[in-house]
Amino acid sequence: MTADAASRVTGRRQWPLPKLADPSAPLLVVDGLRTEFTLEAGRLRAVDGVSFRLDDGEALGIAGESGCGKTTTALSLVRLLPGNARIVDGSVKLWGIDLVQKTDRALQRYRWREISIVFQGAMNALNPVRRVGDQIAEPIEKRLGQSRAAGLARARELLDLVGMPRDRGRAYPHELSGGMRQRAMIAMALACDPAIVIGDEPTTALDVMVQAQILELLERLRRDLGLSLMLITHDLSVIAETCDRVLVMYAGRVAEEGGVGAVFDHPRHPYTQKLMGAFPDIASGRRTLDVIAGQPPDLRNPPAGCRFHPRCPFVMQVCREEQPPEVRFPDGVRVACHLHPPGGDGVVAQAAERSAPDAPPQSPAPVLAAVPEPDRAPDAGAVPGLAAAPDLAAVPDPAAVPGPTGVARPPVVPPPAARTPAP
Amino acid sequence: MSELLRLEGVEVHFPVRESIADVLLRRERGFVRAVDGIDLAIDRGEVLGLVGESGSGKTTTGRVIVKLTRQTAGRIAFDGRDVTRLWGQRSLREFRRRVQIVFQDPYETLNPRQTIHDFVAEPLEVNGLARGREREERVMAALESAGLRPATEYAFRYPHELSGGQRQRVVIAGALVMDPELVVADEPVSMLDVSIRTELLQLMLELRRQRNLTYLFITHDLSVAWVIADRIAVMYLGRIMEIGPADRVIRSPRHPYTAALISVAPTPRPHPPGTHVKRTILAGETPDAAHVPSGCRFHPRCPLAFDRCRTEEPPLFDVGGGQSASCWLAERGTAAELAAVLVPDAPGGAVRAPDGPSASGAAPPLGQTPVPGGVPAPDGQPR
Repeated sequence: MTADAASRVTGRRQWPLPKLADPSAPLLVVDGLRTEFTLEAGRLRAVDGVSFRLDDGEALGIAGESGCGKTTTALSLVRLLPGNARIVDGSVKLWGIDLVQKTDRALQRYRWREISIVFQGAMNALNPVRRVGDQIAEPIEKRLGQSRAAGLARARELLDLVGMPRDRGRAYPHELSGGMRQRAMIAMALACDPAIVIGDEPTTALDVMVQAQILELLERLRRDLGLSLMLITHDLSVIAETCDRVLVMYAGRVAEEGGVGAVFDHPRHPYTQKLMGAFPDIASGRRTLDVIAGQPPDLRNPPAGCRFHPRCPFVMQVCREEQPPEVRFPDGVRVACHLHPPGGDGVVAQAAERSAPDAPPQSPAPVLAAVPEPDRAPDAGAVPGLAAAPDLAAVPDPAAVPGPTGVARPPVVPPPAARTPAP
Repeated sequence: MSELLRLEGVEVHFPVRESIADVLLRRERGFVRAVDGIDLAIDRGEVLGLVGESGSGKTTTGRVIVKLTRQTAGRIAFDGRDVTRLWGQRSLREFRRRVQIVFQDPYETLNPRQTIHDFVAEPLEVNGLARGREREERVMAALESAGLRPATEYAFRYPHELSGGQRQRVVIAGALVMDPELVVADEPVSMLDVSIRTELLQLMLELRRQRNLTYLFITHDLSVAWVIADRIAVMYLGRIMEIGPADRVIRSPRHPYTAALISVAPTPRPHPPGTHVKRTILAGETPDAAHVPSGCRFHPRCPLAFDRCRTEEPPLFDVGGGQSASCWLAERGTAAELAAVLVPDAPGGAVRAPDGPSASGAAPPLGQTPVPGGVPAPDGQPR
């Protein structure tokens, strides 16, 4: 029944691509995106030079603590930003069409039809005084110019697709449970058969069992409909279970990006390591938790150099002075950390291939040497259950690390069109 | 260790009244059995994790313990004294000094127009416990022990000037200022970011060590309970399904519900390519507590249910090692093997067996997940 509904709903994209679309171009390429908020106290750059790419049918997870720019990055794609926010630089290319250059009016063609969003609190995102079926039908009428009857018929199909009984379309949001509301939100996001669905913390407020159901649903939809997903969450385990690639953000910048297996099995950026250690992990039997001391920086006044340096257990002098370049490793992982200088086992990421999923190995050097594995054993002297502060002995001697010493770094590949990472 | 709190057969049944006439005539159309007969004992200095999904009755249990909700049956004893019938502000005053609660959402607990200092000082004032300089000192000491240092920097701020983690620390300070013995913490970290969550859990354990506090830690997240609790109790539809030492419950669950919860506990480690980790995703949601299923209340969602489960409710069977489970399989002693079927990669050790597709394919179809292509039950309401 469901598979049948899926084939009817997709038929692999019923609506034509936008006129200017280049079908051979990658689905979505974001390059050097910068978004600023104007506040009374000055400017706040919530997103500061973020680049990534999303391919057809791929699921990308964006991870990080609150306030690191995940949601702003996603909302910048279709400019669903508050009035005091502005994209100041960079491009967002959907099939080669730069959405940043579009006027608000022209962008309407893309909002919801090409890129739709499943918001976090379904109770707040749904209109409490309208039936959910009507709400699902609305974008079909408004955006695709279909009749009301056609909209409602499709709404019923969509409810079927997300595993809700069709007649629940007549319910009001308050009559549904949390999981059902989230399913209705997903149905609404799928209404116009979009190319990309962004999930902004889609499971955060749900119980574990319902979370597992929703994640399973998203995975099935992606497989059946060939959707591309962007999943924003602070919960790394959600990304590990649903995504192909992960982008870890810190203070508006990319800390690490790469395949889920490569990044989570061998996190290279100290922030990624810390973030992973902060989760209890029943499956691996690790009952201790890492503390990431301190808080994310105030972006009105970000720290110089690497923005993670005030909280980093491996901090070196160079971290306080220079912004680390993004370095790509042979396994496709991109890291911005001075522990991984260019020319070591990675190469400076190039604008052109910055997010290419399979960067050709440029260097034969073995991957992963510098960073010690995060200590997984329960610390003897620790508070029961929780790991102690990072062991200072584990901090590598700065002199021992083949480090950038402020000398011009020789890029392995000459950067012709390289967007040099400005310090 | 001495026993600090004991609940015996505690029930909370809320009457269902469907119309105004029902309300006026005090006529009942049935009951929501939020808490349906639980026995629980907590030792002094212990952390008991109470785990369950929404609607399992875990919050109501917490509210009964701090006497915010009246039980409809059962007995409660605190520190050897029967407090079942202790009601009314005056008689509760001493009890409230010794038993405090921390709620989930610090945004709602704090009054936006009250300074941090006034919030923390209020319980002392209301209870007439300390005044003048002594009160000031106790407020500042409570703020500092909740990790807001120096206290003078925070005391005269308003809640909106603080971050979420700092607000929850203020709420904890408000509970600590009374110098309680038992703290009921109702999802204290669920609203917080990972890094802040860890700091708060650490703070709570540190406070327990310093003051020999006892916690009832209510959470929907089994893995958080596993980190903080000495013992874990798993609730479902108003009843305790399984209880025991945290490590035993996690490593060898004896109830299929616990096993299913463990199997869906998220892990930040992706499965190696080519392997498939079997998860028991239960269809539907916790049924409405106004329509509790007959027999074992978990049977409509249980992948292992058999005839007896549909008619007879199992008691809590002692399975040894301080662990008990309310499941007919636990009586027969077969639960261990069956749980192993449900959780193929139960964490027997830190090593995770590379459980190939063949291995999981060979498992009996007991725990098969009904989801892909199947019909997820609408709200799981058994009719």
